[in-house]
Amino acid sequence: MNWKSWGISKSPWLYHVNTGSCNNCDIEIVDCLTPKFDVERFGGKLVGSPRHADVLMVTGPITRKSKPRFERVLEAAAKPFIVAAVGTCACSKGMFHDAYNCVGPVRKVTEAADEDIMVLNIPGCPPRPEAIIDGLVTGLDQLKEVKL
Amino acid sequence: MVGSLVFDFFVFPGLLFTLAVGILASWVVRKVSALIQWRVGPPLLQPAYDIAKLFGKENIIPEGGAEWSYLIAPLLGPAGLLLASIILIKSNYLGTSFIGDVIVVLYLLVLPALSVILGGMATGNSLSAMGSNRELRLMIAYELPLLLSITAAIVKAGGLKLATFTGQPVAASISGALGFIAALLCIQAELGFIPFDTPEAETELMGGPLIEYSGPLLGLYKISHLMALLVLPLFLVTVFLGGFSTGWGALWGAIKYVLVLVGIILIKNTNPRLRSDQALKFFWYGAAPLGLLALILAVVGDLIGMGWV
Repeated sequence: MNWKSWGISKSPWLYHVNTGSCNNCDIEIVDCLTPKFDVERFGGKLVGSPRHADVLMVTGPITRKSKPRFERVLEAAAKPFIVAAVGTCACSKGMFHDAYNCVGPVRKVTEAADEDIMVLNIPGCPPRPEAIIDGLVTGLDQLKEVKL
Repeated sequence: MVGSLVFDFFVFPGLLFTLAVGILASWVVRKVSALIQWRVGPPLLQPAYDIAKLFGKENIIPEGGAEWSYLIAPLLGPAGLLLASIILIKSNYLGTSFIGDVIVVLYLLVLPALSVILGGMATGNSLSAMGSNRELRLMIAYELPLLLSITAAIVKAGGLKLATFTGQPVAASISGALGFIAALLCIQAELGFIPFDTPEAETELMGGPLIEYSGPLLGLYKISHLMALLVLPLFLVTVFLGGFSTGWGALWGAIKYVLVLVGIILIKNTNPRLRSDQALKFFWYGAAPLGLLALILAVVGDLIGMGWV
């Protein structure tokens, strides 16, 4: 077991990046913090600065305009961190597959920026809060064995 | 001699003990807040996980910042709180105390706020500079009533030694009770809890002075906060509520400490945040007159020889 990735899996601080999503996934991410779903059970909390982040929750298909901003967030975040692509748009561009102004999906952009960044895909349009929490917990559970 | 000094600093009243109790206290804060908000809350060792994780992360030094003060500032807070906790705990259970150690502890308790201000100013980020500015304003606001109420307690107990406070609950008189209320509000601000959390306002300043800190240095700020959760309520318990001693006295002291801590958490969870100017008004026109009244009552009670005033 790698202690750095163990630490991240035990206390994942979430930072929310919107790269041109329709705001539906954003609302579902905020839902995860409400008393009903309470992501703090797993140590997660929402932070306001990418410097504090362990998991970048990315929503949206990455529009042409938001790509440079997203790359700057990737540079600003303190390593090691992982990226969680929340929603179908972030995972595979979904209905924006052939759109001229979307350069996603998230995995393509992060691989171009840095090969080592791990991407966790949580599909759904929008994914239910249960699905987001389930995806995070399963992904972070597997992360324990990985060297970051 | 050297061995016992090392033991004092790093094991029993020092680093390990304050960290362990601080982790428990921080868990209590988060768990009780969660229960009040009808949530489940984090597991017992969550604060320890957070700190372990932060020490495994990258340390980023921002461009355009003052590098040395950026690196040194986070160390000030834990250092001051460590010394304060050693003085407080040893004077309580061993009675080792020197004249003026109340004043020393008061000065040491300023260090965490100073380290946040210095660190925030050193990052070169405008949001963190704004946070430091607010922290400074808050410090100006709460120091006056805190000093007034502590002075009232000193007059009441009749000595500048911490050992004179032990076994002599100052708050069991009118002036002591008033002073205790004023000091409790100041401790709330010193811990940076709602309603006085303008410096770290998560919704507008995104963490305030700490916005640029990452990795081990952020971990040091978290450690400073953990230790403050032990030291500040313990200071109140020692000065106003009679402190603790060995044996059953330690248990009674622990109960008093937990009660003060839960009181702080309840204030934290049932109030909205005050603006900077509102906080200043609250402390200067609300808490400071209360502290002054406590001081006057304590002096009058001392002059006419009535212990309960």
